[in-house]
Amino acid sequence: MSRLLIKHGRVVDPSQRLDEGLWVLIVDGKVARLAERIDDREAEVLDATGLVVAPGFVDVHTHLREPGFEYKETIATGSAAAVAGGFTAVCCMPNTQPVNDTAAVTEFIRGRGAEAGLARVYPIGAVSKGLQGEELAEIGEMARSGAVAFSDDGKPVRNAYLMRRALEYAQLFDVPIVDHCEDPDLAGKGVMHEGAVATRLGLRGIPAAAEEVAVARDVLLAELTGGRLHVAHLSTRGGLDRVREAKGRGVAVTCEATPHHLALTDRAVAESEYDTDTKMNPPLRSEDHVAALLDGVLDGTVDCLATDHAPHHADEKVLEFDLAPFGIVGLETAVPVTYDLLVRRHKLPLRRFVSLWSCNPARVFRLGGGTLKVGSPADITLLDLEARLTVNPDRFRSRSRNTPFAGQRLKGWPAVTVVGGKVAWRRERR
Amino acid sequence: MSVQPAARLRRKDLVGIDPLSAGEIQLILDTADQMREIAARPIKKVPALRGKTVVNLFMEASTRTRFSFEVAEKRLSADSLSFSAAASSVSKGETLVDTALNLEAMQPDFIVIRHVHAGAPHQLARILKSSVINAGDGAHEHPTQALLDALTVRLHRGTLEGQVVAIVGDLQHSRVVRSNVLLLSRMGAKVRVAAPASMVPVGIESLGCEVHRRIEDAIAGADVVMMLRIQLERQGRMNFPTVREYYDFFALTPERLKLARKDCLVMHPGPMNRGVEIDSRVADGPQSVILEQVTNGVAVRMAVLYLLAGGHGEPTAD
Repeated sequence: MSRLLIKHGRVVDPSQRLDEGLWVLIVDGKVARLAERIDDREAEVLDATGLVVAPGFVDVHTHLREPGFEYKETIATGSAAAVAGGFTAVCCMPNTQPVNDTAAVTEFIRGRGAEAGLARVYPIGAVSKGLQGEELAEIGEMARSGAVAFSDDGKPVRNAYLMRRALEYAQLFDVPIVDHCEDPDLAGKGVMHEGAVATRLGLRGIPAAAEEVAVARDVLLAELTGGRLHVAHLSTRGGLDRVREAKGRGVAVTCEATPHHLALTDRAVAESEYDTDTKMNPPLRSEDHVAALLDGVLDGTVDCLATDHAPHHADEKVLEFDLAPFGIVGLETAVPVTYDLLVRRHKLPLRRFVSLWSCNPARVFRLGGGTLKVGSPADITLLDLEARLTVNPDRFRSRSRNTPFAGQRLKGWPAVTVVGGKVAWRRERR
Repeated sequence: MSVQPAARLRRKDLVGIDPLSAGEIQLILDTADQMREIAARPIKKVPALRGKTVVNLFMEASTRTRFSFEVAEKRLSADSLSFSAAASSVSKGETLVDTALNLEAMQPDFIVIRHVHAGAPHQLARILKSSVINAGDGAHEHPTQALLDALTVRLHRGTLEGQVVAIVGDLQHSRVVRSNVLLLSRMGAKVRVAAPASMVPVGIESLGCEVHRRIEDAIAGADVVMMLRIQLERQGRMNFPTVREYYDFFALTPERLKLARKDCLVMHPGPMNRGVEIDSRVADGPQSVILEQVTNGVAVRMAVLYLLAGGHGEPTAD
């Protein structure tokens, strides 16, 4: 019997309305007891003095790149980055090569995740075969093999008919359809947010409306079908308003926001003089959209935070801004970036911060984690809210380094990550 | 009150008008004015850049700008070589950064770059020791074009301050309009732009101009009209219905030109689409200074090269 005792920590578990000094005893990978003091001489001890003990953080939007793009990231390096960022579980997008559009690929990904033995790896299957947007992929087979949601992420589901059928069909398996909401014709060949900054830089813009019309369509289809819609990386005021209204009408819609869309604006492209680590899709938006998104997080319209961790090799990101691929890594910066912004600067209560990264994503994707209730899997994120560190990409576990946060000094970092009762990562003392 | 010129151009690169102060712009224009005199000499050459090497890296088609730089380089006695993307290793799949690093390994003093993608000169300026001069990057900036336009206006009007300048045409795809609006507004001119709304980039007014829907409103009482080329090759995205209709509503015709001041200058950065954005009767008419712009382009590029090389004071001595 393996036993781990987490002593002296401050347990913050919104699922049980807990925020108090409690010790946590873990037996055989499950939470066995929470109490003010626990005596257990056989247990291995983890001293959590000064640390917050929270249900494991979950990233529902990660690109692990394997199979097919192992030069950017592998399931092993990506899950190492996850635990080093405080995540006990990640959901990985299907835009690999081959695409995760069959049970065989889903099983391969789960197998590699288990082999790595770090964060839990939950595959997201493709909505359409080959992400081609034409025919439904074998959603049922993939769901049976462990796919937790379905998405053509990287691309929107362009065809409204296909989106309707996906929202209907997925109900049989009680899984959400995750859409990258973007009208591809409106987005065109845009490379950053359309607005005064793009005009000054001479770069083609992606209008906010490209996202807003797609969100509007999707919530109408969710309403029509009764299916579960999850809007990926929401970035616009209009998109957020559509989600808020739909929730008010009782539509089964949820949404996520990324750390970079909350912490940065399109001015970062100008300030960095075309640094391609400020290029992602959806693009960094203008201040008014960022303010609206922040309001959406604070008022609870945004259900969860997610990284959209998108590793790319330095050889790809060194290209001209128009030619470099979209995307940045996020697993190892997400927690401090959002803690610093939301809790320190905008006074979001800590328990709500924990919900956004833990209870809520686990609930939206029905992952079974997100709680420290007795009997649940011992996936635990320990945070050091006083740690003040500088983002140093050279120390990333991820295979890629494409981050716009390099050099930023942030307060509030993960300290220890426990997955299934085992310490999967611990910050080295320097 | 005219702008005091800066004493020197303390910069490694000229990537755009945006980073320049009014004093720096004034210095470049004053220096270019002196450079014009060299072209009037029987031997059109000074030794100012003797022993300096200039690479003209043109990764997008250009005749006028490339020749203009080459002539400027020769008149300053620099050693220069030019190549275009088709003839370079770019077609073999080499990245821009690798191409530039290889060129720099041959120790040039200047790299003049024309590139189809916005920001390419900035990316190179960050990593290269050589001075980088932007000869046009995507739809971003074309600083030497704006400088030569400004020099042309100044030669006719004595000043830029208070001049009402109308810029009309494909604002969306134009690097010329961005550099010109930035320069002219910084020097105290009043800039108006006009195009169908489908060709107006969002937020262009923040660069320092008024936006008009109709050409007539923009040119009414103007001192200068600059017509921009309709980039027919970039119109695949349904920005306007047909060339014929564009001419109907937006071409500079003799009738429309009457709305401007009587001595209004007519300018065009070239190459012109005659009968599309500009009527030949205007392009070749008495108010046209289009070929003077080309002549002034050489002087402006000589001034930029000279000043970036650290020159100051009297540039024209033998």
